[in-house]
Amino acid sequence: MDLTPDEVRARNSEVISEALSVYPEKTAKKRAKHLNVYEGDKPDCGVKSNIKSVPGVMTIRGCAYAGSKGVVWGPIKDMIHISHGPVGCGQYSWAARRNYYIGVTGVDTFVTMQFTSDFQEKDIVFGGDKKLDKILDEIQTLFPLNHGITIQSECPIGLIGDDIEAVAKKKSKEYDGKTIVPVRCEGFRGVSQSLGHHIANDAVRDWVFEKGADKVAPFESTPYDVAIIGDYNIGGDAWSSRILLEEMGLRVIAQWSGDGSLAELENTPKAKLNILHCYRSMNYISRYMEEKFGIPWVEYNFFGPSKVAESLRTIASHFDDRIKEGAERVIAKYQPLMDAVIAKYKPRLEGKKVMLYVGGLRPRHVIGAYEDLGMEVIGTGYEFGHNDDYQRTTHYVKDGTLIYDDVTGYEFEKFVDRLQPDLVGSGIKEKYVFQKMGVPFRQMHSWDYSGPYHGYDGFAIFARDMDMAINNPVWGLTKAPWNAGR
Amino acid sequence: MTGLRQIAFYGKGGIGKSTTSQNTLAALAEMGQKILIVGCDPKADSTRLILHAKAQDTILSLAASAGSVEDLELEDVMKIGYRDIRCVESGGPEPGVGCAGRGVITSINFLEEEGAYEGADYVSYDVLGDVVCGGFAMPIRENKAQEIYIVMSGEMMAMYAANNISKGILKYANSGGVRLGGLVCNERQTDKEYELAESLAKKLNSRLIHFVPRDNVVQHAELRRMTVLEYAPDSKQADEYRTLAAKIHENVGKGTIPTPITMDELEDLLMEHGIMKAVDESIVGKSAAECAVA
Repeated sequence: MDLTPDEVRARNSEVISEALSVYPEKTAKKRAKHLNVYEGDKPDCGVKSNIKSVPGVMTIRGCAYAGSKGVVWGPIKDMIHISHGPVGCGQYSWAARRNYYIGVTGVDTFVTMQFTSDFQEKDIVFGGDKKLDKILDEIQTLFPLNHGITIQSECPIGLIGDDIEAVAKKKSKEYDGKTIVPVRCEGFRGVSQSLGHHIANDAVRDWVFEKGADKVAPFESTPYDVAIIGDYNIGGDAWSSRILLEEMGLRVIAQWSGDGSLAELENTPKAKLNILHCYRSMNYISRYMEEKFGIPWVEYNFFGPSKVAESLRTIASHFDDRIKEGAERVIAKYQPLMDAVIAKYKPRLEGKKVMLYVGGLRPRHVIGAYEDLGMEVIGTGYEFGHNDDYQRTTHYVKDGTLIYDDVTGYEFEKFVDRLQPDLVGSGIKEKYVFQKMGVPFRQMHSWDYSGPYHGYDGFAIFARDMDMAINNPVWGLTKAPWNAGR
Repeated sequence: MTGLRQIAFYGKGGIGKSTTSQNTLAALAEMGQKILIVGCDPKADSTRLILHAKAQDTILSLAASAGSVEDLELEDVMKIGYRDIRCVESGGPEPGVGCAGRGVITSINFLEEEGAYEGADYVSYDVLGDVVCGGFAMPIRENKAQEIYIVMSGEMMAMYAANNISKGILKYANSGGVRLGGLVCNERQTDKEYELAESLAKKLNSRLIHFVPRDNVVQHAELRRMTVLEYAPDSKQADEYRTLAAKIHENVGKGTIPTPITMDELEDLLMEHGIMKAVDESIVGKSAAECAVA
């Protein structure tokens, strides 16, 4: 008994009012601006975003340090990233976000290791610059093959006013101009991890592009050089993307930042085109490179065969016929594989409804992949999106979709309870809440320790995983006692 | 009343807090009171006149070299000076680095945990200048100083600072039990200084507990790293500090919740006493050229 579009809209508006009704007046007024039912002809989703979360609610957001260390810088594999401050921030972000990389950990690559200055009371009182100086020496001694060091500031660094820039400059001089990047990503800055992305992008600009401009190694250009921007290689996403670009005749000269290296960052100004996956976290540096080096950038989406094909053609449109033909060849080559995947899984997933709540680009980008499997996304929202994300979202969502920005734990539960989706895609903090409600769930930050989900290879895994979650026989066996009669 | 009185001296930087407090406490010791001074200034000069030496080993410098504050014993940091006055200095970072406020918090917690206050009749905190952050407000929080004495003078900025400190006290007066003990005016020989100090005290719902006249003997004593009480016990100035000490001793439980005033009210006060002329509002923010045109 499917609802008509009008009924869906009415139901969703009612659900929003219901959710808001339990809040104190002031909170309800604030939260109301972040919740909406999408109206098909509007240029954005009609929600406010990138605003401070309301105190007292359970928000799912992270902090600026998470945005810089956890997202942008952390995956650069041949640099050592110091969590500068007390031990906790580094400890709980240890091992990063499954940003896969090739290398020998602890020798020439360091992504899954944790480096921390482990601030003690005396470092707060007397300042931590001397300790930082010493740590940089120790790193040079113990890990001589590191290609650079970043200093990821935790909150106290900004509070006590340590001069990490001065330390970075001094040590860089001592080590023959080594790249040492101070990043002012103190957690209290901004309203979410989003500002951390921006700060990290600016640190690349100031300390890699501008400061290190003279030390770029000799580079032989080709007309087909591109850089992958904003792919963090979670579960190997960048690899399953890269092969497609290479198969169509392009040369990938850099990956930002999954499985990426400092040399790749340094060489990126030589690219003919920057191709941008996660717009939210790396549009800043893409715009900078466009302005400074004249490199155009284009957004793409490698989730699901429809969007992959569309994106390959968009990327190819920036090159000559050789690449355009290459794109068609790649699309044609993988089509039978994709047809087989769809033939297998679509019958098992057709008509299933999905609600998403993730960060970065995924609240919109993965919608196409679900639709390729005959599924429908009925609600979506961003942890830390801005208005430009919600504008881009309009190209993906249907009229009547429930939109929730910076959703609170309570609201999300309420919405899922009322909309009864067949699948929820969100993060680890949400997973067990919904599974206990008897709703199938996939983590859409970490791919639930699976992946890759990007590219053609990724879609096959994505389809299998969604089937595995939704059609798992366990859901037929769970019945909460209070639901016995339902 | 447990018998232990905790007091603190606050005031604008350079106003003479440390000098006034040490002389007063020396006088209290003369009255037979057992005193502990807790210096809460990174410069660590709050106990110099009592100990005849500056910058003894501070809690924080010792803690930094030992590893952490948990590695210290009370004996390591406690020094005995004139008339058995016990002295500790919190210490702190060099200017421009680290967080001195956190240092004050660390030190006071250490002293409390180590039982430094046992056997004392008075604990006196000497705190630097303005209450610039939470750390320097530590002594006025719950279960710390019960009475605050603000050292000030007739200078505009000293009065401004006194008013600001009152705001800090007010904030904690309701959550904790801290009260404003009174103002101590350290004479600078500005115009109508006594009257100004009196009326400011009144505005702040407090009183001018003592007006300490200026006397060069303080300087002479200080050059010898001594209090006046020790250097020139028979001087008139020593008696002034004895009077102040006696007034503070009798002031127990008589502290008030201050009523800080606005900047405008403070200016009005100065105008009332003819120190400041009324500002012509029409010329505020106008350059000389603009005024000429008008």
